[in-house]
Amino acid sequence: MRKVMTGNYASAYGAKLARAEVIAAYPITPQTSIVEKLADFVSTGELKAKFIPVESEHSAMAACIAAQTAGARTYTATSSHGLTLMHEVLMWASGARLPIVMTNVSRAMAPPWSVWVDHMDSVAQRDTGWLEFFCQSNQEVLDTIIMAYKVCESKGVMLPAMIIEDAFILSHTSEPVDLPDQDMVDAFLPAYAPELKIEVGKARGFGSLVRPDQYMEFRYKAMLAMREAHDRFLRVEKEFKQVFGREHGGLLELYRCDDAEFVLIAAGSVAGTAKDVVDSLKAKGFPVGLARLRAFRPFPHEEIRALAGKVAGIAVLDRSYTFGAAGAMFTEVKASAYSGQKKPVIKDYIAGLGGRDITPKTIERIFEDIQIATKRGEETEVEWVDVAGLPRRWH
Amino acid sequence: MPKTTIPEEEFSVPGNTGCPGCGANLVMRYLLKGLGERTIVAIPACCWAVMPGYWPSHCLKIPMLYTAFEATGAAISGLRAALDVKGVEDVNVVGFAGDGGTVDIGLQALSGAAERQTDAIYVMYDNEAYMNTGIQRSGSTPWGAWTTTTPVGSNHDFKREAKKDIMAIMQAHRIPYAATVSVAYPEDFIRKVQKARSIKGFRFIHAMSPCPPGWRMNPMHSIEVAKLAVDTHSFPLYEIENGKVRITRKGKGLPVSEYLKLQGRFSHLTEAEVASIQKAVDDHWHYLEEEEKYGI
Amino acid sequence: MTKSFEEIPLTPISDTPSTVNLTGLWRAFRPIVDKAKCKKCTICWKFCPDVAIVLVDGVPEIDLNYCKGCGICSFECPSKCIVMVKEGTE
Repeated sequence: MRKVMTGNYASAYGAKLARAEVIAAYPITPQTSIVEKLADFVSTGELKAKFIPVESEHSAMAACIAAQTAGARTYTATSSHGLTLMHEVLMWASGARLPIVMTNVSRAMAPPWSVWVDHMDSVAQRDTGWLEFFCQSNQEVLDTIIMAYKVCESKGVMLPAMIIEDAFILSHTSEPVDLPDQDMVDAFLPAYAPELKIEVGKARGFGSLVRPDQYMEFRYKAMLAMREAHDRFLRVEKEFKQVFGREHGGLLELYRCDDAEFVLIAAGSVAGTAKDVVDSLKAKGFPVGLARLRAFRPFPHEEIRALAGKVAGIAVLDRSYTFGAAGAMFTEVKASAYSGQKKPVIKDYIAGLGGRDITPKTIERIFEDIQIATKRGEETEVEWVDVAGLPRRWH
Repeated sequence: MPKTTIPEEEFSVPGNTGCPGCGANLVMRYLLKGLGERTIVAIPACCWAVMPGYWPSHCLKIPMLYTAFEATGAAISGLRAALDVKGVEDVNVVGFAGDGGTVDIGLQALSGAAERQTDAIYVMYDNEAYMNTGIQRSGSTPWGAWTTTTPVGSNHDFKREAKKDIMAIMQAHRIPYAATVSVAYPEDFIRKVQKARSIKGFRFIHAMSPCPPGWRMNPMHSIEVAKLAVDTHSFPLYEIENGKVRITRKGKGLPVSEYLKLQGRFSHLTEAEVASIQKAVDDHWHYLEEEEKYGI
Repeated sequence: MTKSFEEIPLTPISDTPSTVNLTGLWRAFRPIVDKAKCKKCTICWKFCPDVAIVLVDGVPEIDLNYCKGCGICSFECPSKCIVMVKEGTE
């Protein structure tokens, strides 16, 4: 059934179709309509779940962790400061190997106060052991939630996942979305059945103290799980395509990259704009392409390395800035590319922070810039795009 | 076999890593005797998180969920929701946290769980400081006490703030049942636990948990100190049921110095300071008596 | 002994009874029960924090594998039939 809906409603429907059993959430702009819609579903009985209106995001995640440990499929949603408030317990969820699925409506961090899109909050969780998926469309949001549950709950993974919507651009913008049949989702995604759960009558402790002589082995297992998540996701998406007729490009969606010499790597809704720009530039004969970074975790290391081996220049668009040598996505792309034989010129473009629009013109300028940089063998690695006071023009 | 005054079945297993004379061990022991086997307990960072020993050692006969420090109230909410949605009935969901993890860092989650009328029992075992991390002061440390972060030093210093009244805070949340219990009176302790167990909604138990290293006392005095706390009205035994106070043990009304003198953490206090403690204890006792009398 | 990553669960789940921890080794003082004087009041059993006292027909048997020597049983015994003796003596 096709419905016009916002990204937030797509999240809510995704959680509903996935039959989330315990939902603990706290309101924050621009996630609120996800939680409101789910409260609606629970109150009318359309969704048989327990809704816990917790008193903070930290408690939202802590409640999901406890509920998931007791064998319930859980869901929550948050944004920005709510996500960063959860940071401690995000680490707990992945260390406890719990396949919690959450929507993060990616929004800038304060101060300066902002409610608009920026990937800082999401990117800052890259160390937590969560799978991270940046979505380009509302359809993808819904589909990825369902796929994420299946991937995460599989024995070899058992890690949590966050599905990322760009604030307002996806969360509050309506698009047509195909709602799969509940029966088909049930067949695709069976009930959550963990091997071990906390239950009455079984005397076990969950989350015990481990000495230095044993801790590393647990972390190693988690690493193996993230690695497995890479392969598992590709298989699950293939299956999703067979059942529902749709897929969204794997972990790194290659758009017209076959004969490209210059590729833009970007995540989130801006990739949609970039695809349009690629089309118009290619029509004029420019050898450009777009690689949409759909999964930031597990990082598509091999895919990036393979791509880097085929192109002359890579532009990475970071919609966040993490105060390292360069932006986070650029740094990881470069690390993957470095281990390859051929090393293209790779440049970082910090753009769109705090909801600053990234226009088609700006993307064209980025493509121009990477081509020039490649020809010159340029040293400058990081460009801040469209900052008032800097001489470069990006429109 | 002579009759014991408390149920005989044990849910605690020997080999826990608590200090000799640890009051918290008795709190858990009596709690579980009152609740029985159909119990799941969530425990945040505190002495009891370390009590079971290193993985894979477990010192209880019931399941235990270790949780983040501030999250006990949230954990019991999540646990109960999962059990409900799965149709698992007749289970005691228990949060078992220290004083720091309840009145300080855990207060928000506690308040949220209570406000939502979460069907669970929250037990705060009160050793009156952050003992697991080495005796730092908490909001529950009593006025006058030495701790490592309120050291006496050369300035004759000590904790100068009053102990947070967590029972009053819980009373303000209008929960159906709250009670103070003491390891010196296991019969009263277990009776209250059994009463709590029979009530639905959010129940709170404030257990005094004597701590030999933290209170600077001889471990063999753990019970004696707990007894004196009740008898001097420093830790009164009472219930608050649907908002109404009921004192459950009058106590002998001994001078508070009898209680203080067994504990090195109070040994620096002057007579005047002890007198001010006496006054505060008397005022609080009088207030409880008034609450009981007038049914407020 | 460090277990291989293949032998451990996904996350540390404890299911071995703590009786593997012989806390009796900590003891500085050991309780000695005069069973003849014992009135079988069961108070020592009631107050043991370590579940190290078992009642055999009302008389305490102290499990020295786990008794930490805290002395509560000795202090609380109304008949004064439990004496704390320094470890290594007697």
